Amino acid sequence: MKTRRLLSGTGTVLAILTFSTAYAEEGYDAPADWPSPMAEHNMAMALFDRLEYAVPDKGHEELVWDFQAWYGGDVNRVYLKSEGENVQGDGEDAEFESLELLYSRLIADFWELQGGIGYQGGVFSDDHAERTYGVIGLQGVMPYGIETDVALQVSDEGDVSASFEGEYDLRLTQRLYLQPRTEIAMAASEVEEFGVGEGLNSVRVGMRLGYEVSRRLAPYVGAYWEKRYGDTADLARASGDSSEDTAVVAGVRLMF
Amino acid sequence: MASSRVITHPLSRRQILKGGAALGLGSAAALGLRPSWANPWGQTNIYSKGIEVGPEVSLAIRRESIPIDGKEARPFSINGTSPGPMIRLKEGQDAVLRVTNLLDEPTSIHWHGLILPPGMDGVPGVSFPGIAPGETFTYRFPVHQNGTYWYHSHSGLQEQLGHAGPLIIDAAEREPFRYDREHVLLLTDWTFEDPMSVFRNLKTAEGYYNFQERTIADFFADVREKGLSATAEMRGMWAKMRMSSRDIADVTGSTYSYLLNGHSPEENWTALFQAGERVRLRVINGSAMSYFDLRIPGLKMTVVSADGQPVQPVPVDEFRIGVAETYDVLVTPEDDSAYTIFAEAMDRSGYARATLAPREGMAAEIPERRKIADRGMEAMGAHDMEGVEHAEMERGADGDREGMDHSTMQGMDHSNMQGMSGERSRMNANGMLAAGAAQPGSRYDQAGIGIDSGERRVLVYRDLKAFTPWPDRREPERELELHLTGNMERYMWSFDGKKFSEVTGPIRFNKNERLRLILVNDTMMEHPIHLHGMWMELENGQGELIPRKHTLNVKPGERVSALITADAEGSWAFHCHLLYHMDAGMFRVVKVA
Repeated sequence: MKTRRLLSGTGTVLAILTFSTAYAEEGYDAPADWPSPMAEHNMAMALFDRLEYAVPDKGHEELVWDFQAWYGGDVNRVYLKSEGENVQGDGEDAEFESLELLYSRLIADFWELQGGIGYQGGVFSDDHAERTYGVIGLQGVMPYGIETDVALQVSDEGDVSASFEGEYDLRLTQRLYLQPRTEIAMAASEVEEFGVGEGLNSVRVGMRLGYEVSRRLAPYVGAYWEKRYGDTADLARASGDSSEDTAVVAGVRLMF
Repeated sequence: MASSRVITHPLSRRQILKGGAALGLGSAAALGLRPSWANPWGQTNIYSKGIEVGPEVSLAIRRESIPIDGKEARPFSINGTSPGPMIRLKEGQDAVLRVTNLLDEPTSIHWHGLILPPGMDGVPGVSFPGIAPGETFTYRFPVHQNGTYWYHSHSGLQEQLGHAGPLIIDAAEREPFRYDREHVLLLTDWTFEDPMSVFRNLKTAEGYYNFQERTIADFFADVREKGLSATAEMRGMWAKMRMSSRDIADVTGSTYSYLLNGHSPEENWTALFQAGERVRLRVINGSAMSYFDLRIPGLKMTVVSADGQPVQPVPVDEFRIGVAETYDVLVTPEDDSAYTIFAEAMDRSGYARATLAPREGMAAEIPERRKIADRGMEAMGAHDMEGVEHAEMERGADGDREGMDHSTMQGMDHSNMQGMSGERSRMNANGMLAAGAAQPGSRYDQAGIGIDSGERRVLVYRDLKAFTPWPDRREPERELELHLTGNMERYMWSFDGKKFSEVTGPIRFNKNERLRLILVNDTMMEHPIHLHGMWMELENGQGELIPRKHTLNVKPGERVSALITADAEGSWAFHCHLLYHMDAGMFRVVKVA
């Protein structure tokens, strides 16, 4: 299985992370057996930014996740990111739209440069076409507080694609927020198997209204509009999907 | 006999039991084991957590179940109480302090503000290896100073969980003020969370504890008040910088219970007085992360000491106390009525409270809480403005200053003001600013964010004036500039952009040199900067009479300086006293050689 390749990558990334910082006792005569006065701590966190059920106007209902987790220090981190869905009633298992293992490095106050490997395909099943890819991306916060994730993918077949995600939290009250969200997908070449056409693939614009029960738990409702373009739209139509759709969603944002 | 504005209500038996339970003791046991405060009229020194009188003191550190604010808690305890007992030493003594670690992790005690040999300073990894579980470490040092200080753990995040207490040193000679009675007021911020998870929340989710963020309602309120373009311009600037103007405190009342002598506002710890007495209040901010604004409505306070060192009396209505600072104030309540001691957290997310009363069981009105303030342009002073025109910034800053009331300025000695403008041009032989002159970029005449000196007389750093010049009158030979830096998004804090783990050596002071340390705050948070082992003479423009302190509050965007006589050979800790800032890397070692 191609997921095995992902696991072998883990070791490499962890090795990069563990070359630890030099102790700062040097130069002030502290005996070697004294502890460092300030210990650095590695941290870990996991976030389901979206875990939602979508009811589209034309397409199938689906369960969608958008997950990321990281482990590491202030500068170097390992990320595990995944987006995917389980289309309801199609008789197929869930599908990873992406499952990525990334090394991440802080390159500016608000920006992390990330690179690693990714997998697209079935979740422990052969229901979906599979491919692996290399990915390089930039995750961070743009001026005006827009959370951004841009990435460039090169598949094992040499197909190049790019994605942009941006979201913004508009605070209505201390716990109620409105979150506009945009996703844009592009590709340099057509990959029919994955429904990917050349050029601009799709644009999805959504809006979610969430309530933070706590910082870790925020249920939300929302809606999105999606349009596919060019060859991508043709491929969608050929497989019986529509090129433009709207949906309502309900879900939860979960942080661990 | 209570005046009309005082509400008196006799304590029910149940309340008495609850109060006793809060100390982890039955009420009978409390009376039996705590004579020092159970009979508050019998002496002048009252601190509710017990007193250990020097020169020889033994302290046992434990982790135990002691209810806090009536709820189940597991703080660190020192001799069975949390916060720990008051240690009382006398100037001229040779102190012998035995600290026994009964924990399952290493610990330490640092004597905050004391000038002592480097091996006795209590910082693991800098002064000594720490105190291992089961071990006793004996601190021995001569006591060469007097005043109000405190002590706390310097190991990990232990300080957050009550590992701290007051340290009072009685003067060998008469102090320059008199009083009839004294009380210690130790302010702390308690959380029922594990401090490590507080740290993790700060690291992984910016603004985790801030439930006073700006909302669209604030936007529309500002539009009504200041107009659309001014509001949009201001908000645009903050948004462009990806920062929050409401970022006043990292950890707030959403998790903290603000305690006064270990008691919550509801428990209402009471300090007693007799009408007409002059009462000395020794106020210590032993918090991990919280600045407080303290006032006693109805009473004028006279500040007589800052960080344990005497200052010329300053009458004030309110003062801001940074983390780790201490102030001694005198109050003379003339009426036989109760007064509220009200210490509001700087971000207004909560408060600590006690009552000053002629009898137990009395209470006075609790003042109305203020609303959180928005940081203005001054916070961006030294910040990367990314395309914001400098002219706009200047205009904004001036505008903010105009908003201040000038009565404070008038109340100040006018010759000082003239001195200030003169000082700017006054240089010493080395081409440096003359000793004691205020740095351009300092804001010693401002108390800081969210405190209105027009409403009442508020203490500012410029008010602090020593009685006589401190012994070393040399001009500085050298200037050392350090920037206070950070990355809010990542919760990384540092000096000169380098966390402690990223630096390879200490900051070097030359033995016996007279040094000017210039601190430039490039962040938009306040930082209480603490130097171990040596005094920092704050150059607040008072010339020869500059005050000396162990902890300096540096406001956002501010540039302050202090003169240091580097007479303490050895290695010393130097850090931001916000616990999680220090742990995130805002820590250095100073080596005097």
